[in-house]
Amino acid sequence: MSQIYAVLVDGVMYAAWLFLVALGLTLVYGVLKILNMAHGSLYALGAYAGVTLIGPWVAQGGNLYVSYLLLVLAAIVAGGAIGLIMERGILKRFYGQDPVVLLLVTYALFLIMEDAIKLVWGVDPYSVSEPYSFLGNFDLGDLSYPNYNFLIVGVALVAGVGLTAFLKFTRSGRLLRAVIHDREVSQAMGIRVSRYFVVTFMAGAVLAAIGGALTAPTVSVAPGMGVEIVVLTFAVVVIGGLGSLPGAAFGALLVGLVRASAVHYWPQGELFSIYIVMALVLAVRPKGIFAPLEARKI
Amino acid sequence: MSSAICSQLRAPGTWLAVVGFVVIGAAGLALPQWQFLVSVALSKGIVALGLALLLRTGLASFGQALFFAVGAYCVGLGMNYYGLTELFALLAVSMLVSAVLAFVLGFLLARYRDIFFAMLTLALSMICYGLLLNNVELGGSDGFNVNAPTLGSSAEPWQLTGTNLFAVGFIAAIVCVMAVAVYMRSTQGRLGPAIKDNEIRVEYLGTSARRNIHLTYVIAGALAGLGGALQAFNIGHIDPDMAFWTTSGEFVFIAVLSGTRFAFSPFIGALLLEVARAMAYRYAPNTWQIVMGAIMLAIIAFLPGGLTSLGLGRRKATAAHPVTQTATAKVSASADAT
Repeated sequence: MSQIYAVLVDGVMYAAWLFLVALGLTLVYGVLKILNMAHGSLYALGAYAGVTLIGPWVAQGGNLYVSYLLLVLAAIVAGGAIGLIMERGILKRFYGQDPVVLLLVTYALFLIMEDAIKLVWGVDPYSVSEPYSFLGNFDLGDLSYPNYNFLIVGVALVAGVGLTAFLKFTRSGRLLRAVIHDREVSQAMGIRVSRYFVVTFMAGAVLAAIGGALTAPTVSVAPGMGVEIVVLTFAVVVIGGLGSLPGAAFGALLVGLVRASAVHYWPQGELFSIYIVMALVLAVRPKGIFAPLEARKI
Repeated sequence: MSSAICSQLRAPGTWLAVVGFVVIGAAGLALPQWQFLVSVALSKGIVALGLALLLRTGLASFGQALFFAVGAYCVGLGMNYYGLTELFALLAVSMLVSAVLAFVLGFLLARYRDIFFAMLTLALSMICYGLLLNNVELGGSDGFNVNAPTLGSSAEPWQLTGTNLFAVGFIAAIVCVMAVAVYMRSTQGRLGPAIKDNEIRVEYLGTSARRNIHLTYVIAGALAGLGGALQAFNIGHIDPDMAFWTTSGEFVFIAVLSGTRFAFSPFIGALLLEVARAMAYRYAPNTWQIVMGAIMLAIIAFLPGGLTSLGLGRRKATAAHPVTQTATAKVSASADAT
């Protein structure tokens, strides 16, 4: 019986982490119609920025509560800056082309980012685990979980609920939904579409970076961490339906639970169970489960 | 028959292919230190050739590594488990298994376009990667070594290594380029760019876009299987990374860099990539991907038809089927980019 609880708790924790990382991807797709392959690199960037900032802080005995803020701050600065450069410098020039072309452009950006990270931070791994162990453990029945995982669940909830509320209740959010629904008409109605594009892309980049920064204390930050995450987040958002926030949440939950069950009952299947789910979902619902309806334009 | 051959000779890109293969052959024979590099480029070029056919149809497969790995593992399994070392048998099995797999998957994939095609192919190749990684009998994450293939079934078969192996890849590449050139000029082949341009129009003309895509996918799968088998011979080792999505990304890179105008195009990109990588490993091991990414961006921005659209053969206006060219109908969408 406790194994079922373990699967549930593991699954939900993993799902929260996945949701946090995938949220930006689905947001960017929803608004800009770009499937950003460089998303994984932005995640890695956040992780590197995070350890760079809190490494010395922790080493000098700085307050560990502040270190969490510093992680998020580093992610916001790094993700925002690189997101701005990517969108204004490069992506802007390719808008309106085939989705496949934009996919290739972001693939090129992914290649550039992977090496740029190596250039800046070298190939040696970094690891700052103090913030992870600092919060202690939480006992759930006979199982023990690091409290840090609950922090990630909390941040994921805040990000998801915050974004949904922003889209639903604020004026900018409603305008953004208009842009998502129909770019051209929004433009004609006087909405500064290009401004929404920059801000959305930066927000997506920051979300990826925050995901990376919060993951940084739990792993050793090394080259290649972005490569692993790209396909994983793709699976999550594609299962849910590209561009849909509830879809991303559902996709993350499904992937998290499937992976947790695989870990407990069928360890060999951990890696590809996720992709089997993705292929099955796509086979039945080609555009994902919560795919937003699109008006057909002729 | 002879008139058909004559018309093929007059086809655009024929001289490019002839010159290209003479250069490749000369490089492989005269510069032994380059032989391995050129062999690898030829194998990857064959995979990218299939991908170029898909790109011509407007589909980007981020999962060609699936067939690449399947082809290579067919060689590995054939040798290590069934004692099959005969070159032609191994190549035939690799192509056949890949083609059958592509045929089966094609029923599902032919329904998808754009990003969804890219994503689903990617997912399928990652399933293959996971299966190979977890399968201890298949060597797990280490993979296993592959011996040299043999030719001739007599008591003392001929082991193919070095220059002979290069010759195998070289001949295979020529055959593939010729076959694909013929296909590109056939009715089905010409439908590819038409589907990319306007699928609905193709349907109204009374033919099935889905069936054409299915066929193209099977051809691309068989070519990728062949490329994988040749690569297994070249490297002498196979491992699950052959199915990882970054391998597919490399093939996409080659096809986009080269363009899809001629059947020979992908080999230009494959050669350039291998030479650049060899240089980069020596001089800039940590920055070569930056260079690659920048080149890819530049190609997409300034040469949407790839390198082979650079004034080779006839002018662009008459015979351009650029990979990444935008349909003019989408101009309206680009208006809000500024």
